[in-house]
Amino acid sequence: MAARLTRDDVAKVAHLARLTLSDEELDLFTDQLGQILGHADDIAALKLDGVEATAHPFGLVNVVRSDEVRASLSRDEVLAMAPDAREGRFAVPRILGEAP
Amino acid sequence: MRSATQIAADVKSGATTAEAELDKSLAVVAARNEELNVFLYVDEEGARAQARAVDEQVRAGAELGRLAGVPIALKDNLCQRGVPTTCSSRILEGWRPPYDATVVERVLAAGAVAIGKTNLDEFAMGSSTETSAFGPTRNPLDPSRVPGGSSGGSAAAVAAEMTTIALGSDTGGSIRQPAALCGLVGMKPTYGLVSRYGLIAFASSLDQIGPFAKTVEDAALLLEVIAGHDPMDSTSLPEGSPSLVAHVNDGVGAKRVGLVRELIEGADDEVVASVTRAAEVLRAAGAEIVELSIPEIKLGLSAYYLLAPAEASSNLARFDGVRYGLRVDAENVTAMNEATRTLGFGAEVKRRIMLGTYALSAGYYDAYYGQALKVRTQMISAFRAAYQQVDLLLGATTPSVAFQFGEKSENPMAMYLSDVFTIPTNLAGEAAVSVPFGLGASGLPIGVQLLGPGRSEAALFAGARVLEIAEGR
Repeated sequence: MAARLTRDDVAKVAHLARLTLSDEELDLFTDQLGQILGHADDIAALKLDGVEATAHPFGLVNVVRSDEVRASLSRDEVLAMAPDAREGRFAVPRILGEAP
Repeated sequence: MRSATQIAADVKSGATTAEAELDKSLAVVAARNEELNVFLYVDEEGARAQARAVDEQVRAGAELGRLAGVPIALKDNLCQRGVPTTCSSRILEGWRPPYDATVVERVLAAGAVAIGKTNLDEFAMGSSTETSAFGPTRNPLDPSRVPGGSSGGSAAAVAAEMTTIALGSDTGGSIRQPAALCGLVGMKPTYGLVSRYGLIAFASSLDQIGPFAKTVEDAALLLEVIAGHDPMDSTSLPEGSPSLVAHVNDGVGAKRVGLVRELIEGADDEVVASVTRAAEVLRAAGAEIVELSIPEIKLGLSAYYLLAPAEASSNLARFDGVRYGLRVDAENVTAMNEATRTLGFGAEVKRRIMLGTYALSAGYYDAYYGQALKVRTQMISAFRAAYQQVDLLLGATTPSVAFQFGEKSENPMAMYLSDVFTIPTNLAGEAAVSVPFGLGASGLPIGVQLLGPGRSEAALFAGARVLEIAEGR
């Protein structure tokens, strides 16, 4: 059985997932996620040492296509749907300290 | 109401026109959409152009597609070029896809008329449409109750006779559960049978697109149109579309059908009674009924609620305010990402992203995600062993008929339990169909589920058809 989920765990996970939670949300989610993970204790406790993991139902292998030029999406159409685009690129706020 | 099969035949013969059928659909939408909140967007202009193009083909004597002039509803997690696609989330509000999903391309090529985009639980995470950022859809059979979810809008569109057919997606029951609650046929096809290109991903190893219809034949027709290999989806099976419509009346003679204890355990008495009666009908039609137990099914819910959120936490990382939809401005990129996601996602989506992030995080990966992947292996082996003994499996689709708004929405675990009978099929990558069979005491429909191994869709539809005939449809 895994350790009980704490409020600090939830705060850490929210940061990793880039979500800001209010104090009330932290309390609520700690409670709710704890309940859901409590339900999962039944499988956390199983002895499955010799069992292979399945990530895909039919044992997917890599699929390659021939190296041919094909039509792709129009750059302008894609960029037109972005919140901000400049000079044919997606635009974002500054990443580093200095001005752009 | 006429079936899609009949509408397409009438359009071909000239007994009706695509535009007249479109007008009938739009009239029902105009009368009931405000009350039921089925469509988030009605593409009247686009639909009219599609209908006129079909009518022009009829006049020119051109060869028509198999869905010629049939209005169809599309779940709003399927991309349609130029048409707003939101996944019922604020984070995609205003985004219009620059391409068609393969399934959209295929139904339009077959002559269907796409009248709009239907409501869903946000990013398909839910079982009632109550997590939609744009309000819940009401069940047309009883507007005080949920239509089920996540494809609740698509189910309600058909149940309200706004369209005869609709497309949904099923990650843990999101087609079969609303089909059951709205009295429709709904199928989750074999993983890889239908291309996922243009389906906005929730849990990529579990998601599959499938049909809603009032009749087995229409569901089979729609699945035939959308199925088959697509080079744009590397998980798409190599084969072409199977022959389904030609086999709907094949019956169940000489088939062995397993009545699965774990697929009725915990269901309401009236649901169990419907499943038992379905077994009797199948036996009378020539099937041999075998009672069996698949204990691994009980672990499905726990495994699913680790695997699906884990995949979702990764898939939904792409919604960061850079490429589509919402952006909340902030002083730097990280703050912008966080502010956008915090405002753009609703509570259930946040809950699942955090659950998945936790299940994948250092120190917990082995205990949760790793264990769930192994349980998935056991589930696949257990079903494989069952299909050594029997051809198909039988059980309930949902534990109860349609529930009331608010009944489960405050308690995530109670909501998750409504998918307990449908989740195992997604984990195994196999196929299952829900068919309406009997009514509960409230007068609401009960769904019975037939499950089969990969690519057993023809046998599943044939079994469902036997039950449909017994119900006088």
